[in-house]
Amino acid sequence: MDSSKLLGITTFIYLFSTLIYMMMFIFRFKKVGLLATVVTIIGALTHTAGIGMRWLESYQMGIGHAPLSNMYESLVFFSWSIVVLYLIIEFVYKNKIIGAFAIPFAFASMAYASLSPEFSNRITPLVPALQSNWLIAHVFTCFIGYAAFAVSCGTGIMYLIKMRDKGDLPNSLLASLPSLKTIDDITHKIILFGFIWLSGGIISGAVWANSAWGTYWSWDPKETWSLITWFIYASALHARFTRGWGGKRIAWIAIIGFLAVVFTYYGVNFLLSGLHSYGAA
Amino acid sequence: MKKKKNSFWEFFTSVKLALFCFFTLAIASIAGTIIPQKEAPAFYIGKYGEATAEVFRLLNIPDMYNSWWFISILGLFSINLIICSIDRLPTVWKLVTMDNLDTKVNRLEKMTPRIRFATKQPKQEVVLQVEETLKGTGWKPSQRENETGTLLFAQKTPWVRFGVYIVHLSILVIFAGAIIGTFFGSKGSVMLREKSQVPFFYKFGSSERVPLGFDIRCDDFSLTHYDTGAPKEFRSELTIIDKGQEVLKKSIVVNDPLDYKGYTFYQSSYQAYEDYWVTIQDQKTGARKTFAANPGVELKWEQAGITFGIVNLLQPDRWGRYRLKIWFSDGKGEPSIFWLDGENPVSVERPDGVYAFESEQVFATGLQVAKDPGVWPVYIGCLLMLLGLVVAFFLSHKRLWVYIYEEGDRTRILVAGSSNKNKVGFENKFNILVEKLENNETLQLSKG
Repeated sequence: MDSSKLLGITTFIYLFSTLIYMMMFIFRFKKVGLLATVVTIIGALTHTAGIGMRWLESYQMGIGHAPLSNMYESLVFFSWSIVVLYLIIEFVYKNKIIGAFAIPFAFASMAYASLSPEFSNRITPLVPALQSNWLIAHVFTCFIGYAAFAVSCGTGIMYLIKMRDKGDLPNSLLASLPSLKTIDDITHKIILFGFIWLSGGIISGAVWANSAWGTYWSWDPKETWSLITWFIYASALHARFTRGWGGKRIAWIAIIGFLAVVFTYYGVNFLLSGLHSYGAA
Repeated sequence: MKKKKNSFWEFFTSVKLALFCFFTLAIASIAGTIIPQKEAPAFYIGKYGEATAEVFRLLNIPDMYNSWWFISILGLFSINLIICSIDRLPTVWKLVTMDNLDTKVNRLEKMTPRIRFATKQPKQEVVLQVEETLKGTGWKPSQRENETGTLLFAQKTPWVRFGVYIVHLSILVIFAGAIIGTFFGSKGSVMLREKSQVPFFYKFGSSERVPLGFDIRCDDFSLTHYDTGAPKEFRSELTIIDKGQEVLKKSIVVNDPLDYKGYTFYQSSYQAYEDYWVTIQDQKTGARKTFAANPGVELKWEQAGITFGIVNLLQPDRWGRYRLKIWFSDGKGEPSIFWLDGENPVSVERPDGVYAFESEQVFATGLQVAKDPGVWPVYIGCLLMLLGLVVAFFLSHKRLWVYIYEEGDRTRILVAGSSNKNKVGFENKFNILVEKLENNETLQLSKG
């Protein structure tokens, strides 16, 4: 069994898991809850094995490096982070409906990585600039942050949907969602978590840049966009802490913030030129 | 301290100003990622037309992040940070250092969570038992008698209220580091041909020569490739020569620079030359000499009576493989003509001796040079920021009061607590304590 097969299977498991969570949400099919969780855990394990296998294969090829070096590998890791983070949230909050809003992101990322003709899933050797221990630290911190923002975008959407619940139909689709207060609290906490990791990602990137080029900050488009993203979430936190913003506004910021994340992660590589060009491969 | 609440002060303390700074910095930064930076004036005229290019020039758009207005917004942001921290700090200071044993009972009665108990046990005994129970659950209580009863108080991590100010401070420390770097640092580059040395580098932007105070020499540069032809490693063997002494040798690669006297030398690029290093060794005498040989140019080694040259050449391919055809004469017998296959050594037999030949392509290494005394403040600031964020987001200031007083023949207990964050988590802790109190056999508590 090689890594690409394992990761291919993972994509299908996530599709299946997305469908079960959706079913739970849309048809209020509570009984499949355990199945959804089990399937997702199996997916996460397969996914982990796939990433581990790919790591091993690169060593067998004599070009050993962590599988975090190009667009394909980062999408795979992005998806992995979302699933692991989601499973933790499910465990902590004992709420499975969030899965219907989080797992689709993980599936989409995997599907895009495997199906898009732009990205090759071949293992390629590291160019000299990427040969550093900071590679793992930098990509890891960034993507934990990105994954958190993806999940918070999911709960933000969930909030906006729940807002249409007038409370008059106790058995409706919307009534099965957690209360507005709970969703708001979850969204806020995930943003806090993501903000720390994003800060860590920017910092690890700066330290790496300084050890490779002698400049910790050069206003490269990727750096600049990560800072813009940081500003967006920093504004949200200030608005919440000092003016008590919450609810609908924070839900929208979670969505807008995630769009900025997607642009930082993906858009910059293709629309703007800069130092991070290896991310586009 | 009573501060004047004038409108000027209020302007700088407002979160609105912070949000304004975030917003304008973000918008300006977006513009800066869309409009290419630091290009020649002709570029902007060609791309945006003369009128727009002129507006850009006036607003310093081509070097936006260093423009007076961008720096001004950063300055405004810093002032905002400082003033709003100064403004809020005294209140927080009071909260952290306040005498919580002085808290009035009617305040405790409004707190959540809170719970009341009563018992027939004498007050002295109750105080002792409650104190023990608190200690058993990780609280360290202090107590004070007042006119009506005894108040016990314990708190955890009051200093976390400073977390957000640690984050604000960290940003200022990072800015300070950046300012130090701007005024006391210098950055540039130098192209150094193998076996040559320089006492300076060229400053970025102005190409002005900056003296190093010592010499740096490149002994060798090597470039290796993967099977695919992609570059695998750029490596320079560097030597530092200070006051005529070779003081430091290091082999540097990308991501592993050389440091000396505050300067750091980074591997950043390279350049290949037309000529080749050709080393000849006379096996009989052991004499050895290296020449920089240009194809088609005859070279002489007078002492050894040798004449040689590169008469033909197969240019390096994408893996850096090349071949040299050498014409060689030591003045005895017919000249030898042979191929040198890349860097593989070749032994040439002559009527009167044996000569070993080796060759290597000539390169120059491109070094980036940086001196930035502001890096450490920046790193300390970054560390502070992460620390501050964790404290500000995930730790909470937890406070717990137990008020014990006599009422008729009964002793009454009021337990109240507050936490500035994570109220749910705090309530769980509170309930654990309450359960312990309820299970205390000596206390024999009843609700109410």
